[in-house]
Amino acid sequence: MNVSPLESQVLASESEAAPAPRVPRVKISKLTKRYERRGVLRSIDLELYPGERVALLGANGAGKTTLLRILATLSRPTSGTVSIAGHLTHKAAQAVRAQVGVVAHQPYLYEDLTAEENLRFFARMYSVADERSRIDEILFMVGLIARRGDRVGTFSRGMQQRLAIGRAILHKPALLLLDEPDSGLDREGARALERILGYQRTTEGTVLMTTHDLRFGLSAADRVLLLENGKIVLDAPAPTLDEDELDERLSRR
Amino acid sequence: MRDGLGKISIIVWKDLLTEIRTKELLGGMFIFAVLTIITFNFAFDMTGTGKAASGAGAMWVAFNFAGFLGLGRSISLERDKGSFDGLLLCPVDRGTIFLGKFIGNLLFITLVEVISVPIFAALFDLDVFQPLLILALFLGTLGFAAVGTLLAVMAASTRSREVLLPVLMFPILLPVVIASVRATTLILTRQTNDLSAWLNLLGAYDVLFLAISYAVFDRVVEE
Amino acid sequence: MIVRRKSGWQSSLGLGLGLVTAITMAIGLYLGLVWAPEDAIQGNAQRIFYIHVPMAWVAFLAFGVVFLAAILYLWQRSLIWDQIARSSAEIGLVFTTLVLVTGSFWGRPIWGTWWTWDARLTTTLLLWFIFLGYFMIRAYAGDRGRAATYSAVIGIIGFFDVPIIYLSVDWWRTLHPQAVISVTSANMPGQMVVALMVCLLAFTLFYLYLMVQKLGIERTKDRLIDYQYALSEREAEGVTTA
Repeated sequence: MNVSPLESQVLASESEAAPAPRVPRVKISKLTKRYERRGVLRSIDLELYPGERVALLGANGAGKTTLLRILATLSRPTSGTVSIAGHLTHKAAQAVRAQVGVVAHQPYLYEDLTAEENLRFFARMYSVADERSRIDEILFMVGLIARRGDRVGTFSRGMQQRLAIGRAILHKPALLLLDEPDSGLDREGARALERILGYQRTTEGTVLMTTHDLRFGLSAADRVLLLENGKIVLDAPAPTLDEDELDERLSRR
Repeated sequence: MRDGLGKISIIVWKDLLTEIRTKELLGGMFIFAVLTIITFNFAFDMTGTGKAASGAGAMWVAFNFAGFLGLGRSISLERDKGSFDGLLLCPVDRGTIFLGKFIGNLLFITLVEVISVPIFAALFDLDVFQPLLILALFLGTLGFAAVGTLLAVMAASTRSREVLLPVLMFPILLPVVIASVRATTLILTRQTNDLSAWLNLLGAYDVLFLAISYAVFDRVVEE
Repeated sequence: MIVRRKSGWQSSLGLGLGLVTAITMAIGLYLGLVWAPEDAIQGNAQRIFYIHVPMAWVAFLAFGVVFLAAILYLWQRSLIWDQIARSSAEIGLVFTTLVLVTGSFWGRPIWGTWWTWDARLTTTLLLWFIFLGYFMIRAYAGDRGRAATYSAVIGIIGFFDVPIIYLSVDWWRTLHPQAVISVTSANMPGQMVVALMVCLLAFTLFYLYLMVQKLGIERTKDRLIDYQYALSEREAEGVTTA
């Protein structure tokens, strides 16, 4: 294209005026995961942005947990790349881990330690600044200040989930991964979760959560992904989706 | 570096605290060690001139068996509950995690030894109160703990882990067993002329296998 | 997807190697079992030496290959290194067993005992256990990647361990005098050396021949898994586009 110097100057200043494209917080490129004889994830391309709340739906065995584990750097991709907060998982795994928080089915808590001791352990492991005040903040956020000196083994499942959520955001992660966070939560926990999701939003944190509960997914998220047979077959804003249609699609497979 | 040391110590702190609260491991390990020694008393001649050699052998067999028990259990518990994944999620160098686990295991086995040795000494009238003995115990246990921590993590993610761990460890540990027993016997009988050779062997083994275990741990916990 | 026949160069290599091995082996065995002079002290029973020593050499050579392949696998993560490692390990295990057995049969008429805890024998026995550990962990590891990684670790640790085992047992014996066993007489007549050299060469070629065969089998096993994967991917494609 032949452009005169004057024209190119005009073009340049015009593009400057246009808003800069959003930089993705998470960039997944051709991600494939294979377990010997069967494939679980099949060349997935996906971008997640700061401040987004994304729900990941799919039948059991569709690959949701595998995807989460790869993002959490607990599992290596068979091929493809994953970059989180500007770091590639296969090159800068430590840097990635410092930016990711995970709430999974297992609470990742030590039952023989108290709530406070658990948080102290992870605060040290994540090199959290201002350890003491941050721990107090977290305990307050999840409503466990009163039980801080009690062993986690004595907690109910709901309380353990709450502490697990607190543990996950101890280091203010840029990406929060939640594997079925709505299961096992008591009312206090649901409130704590809502609080934390709100907090992530205000700090431009990204949230990716898997869930079986469609209503929860549609209400809690702005964007919905549907994972089917290892591929993302649906990627749409939550308000545009109809719960019943989605339910039917999910139960079809 | 400082940060790494901090993380190692918090891992050790966590394991120690858990053990103090539950006493799951140490109690079992200790009883195991004592029962082994008692059995040895009836199996071998623990009086007279041979007692130092038999005593040294009995001690190390007891500590090794107790060690297998401790290693296997501590890692299995963590793996089964999924807490090990929680550890791997942290932005911590895998080698650092290894060192934390290794020092924890080393402390547990050492604790069992510290309590057991005076008991053995009393039961069999062995001359144990020598600083050299502490050195021999330390070097022998270090090698055991280094290789043991690595292999225990590997075995813990397989079926039949209780059988697998000793089978894997036995050939690898043989030089440590030979060297530790010989060194201990020499110390107990106060014949220190060949002692340095054995202690050097233990030291070299320890450095070599600690380094190897540290280096490969990253790949071992990878999925 | 086309299922290829075994590629041409592999079977020619195997054939050629097999032929050379067979010839060298025939010559070597003749030299050792017939041509070489009878041992002054041990008589004809000594001739098992020409098989026993080369087999021990192969056992340790195989282990060395396992060690190198293991390091390369841990570093590169390509399956070919694991295929080489597990092929060599299997051959090594077989030869180690044979060494122990032939050594035992040799020892009985000479020393009057089936076994003795000297450094060489003990190290070979421990090597056998390390190989065993190698395969046990593969069997229990679950998936292919883990089996390869874990057994590679065993291969590396074991390799460093073997000389230390030898040293420690040797010292234990010298500081703890036991019956002295000599494996070979002090000076071997030239003809014996020649026979031994040829046998060593023959058995090394034999190892290479077995490796080529075994590697072919292991590669085919892995390729089979790859085909199964490709097939399941095809099916999945069909389902999604349907």
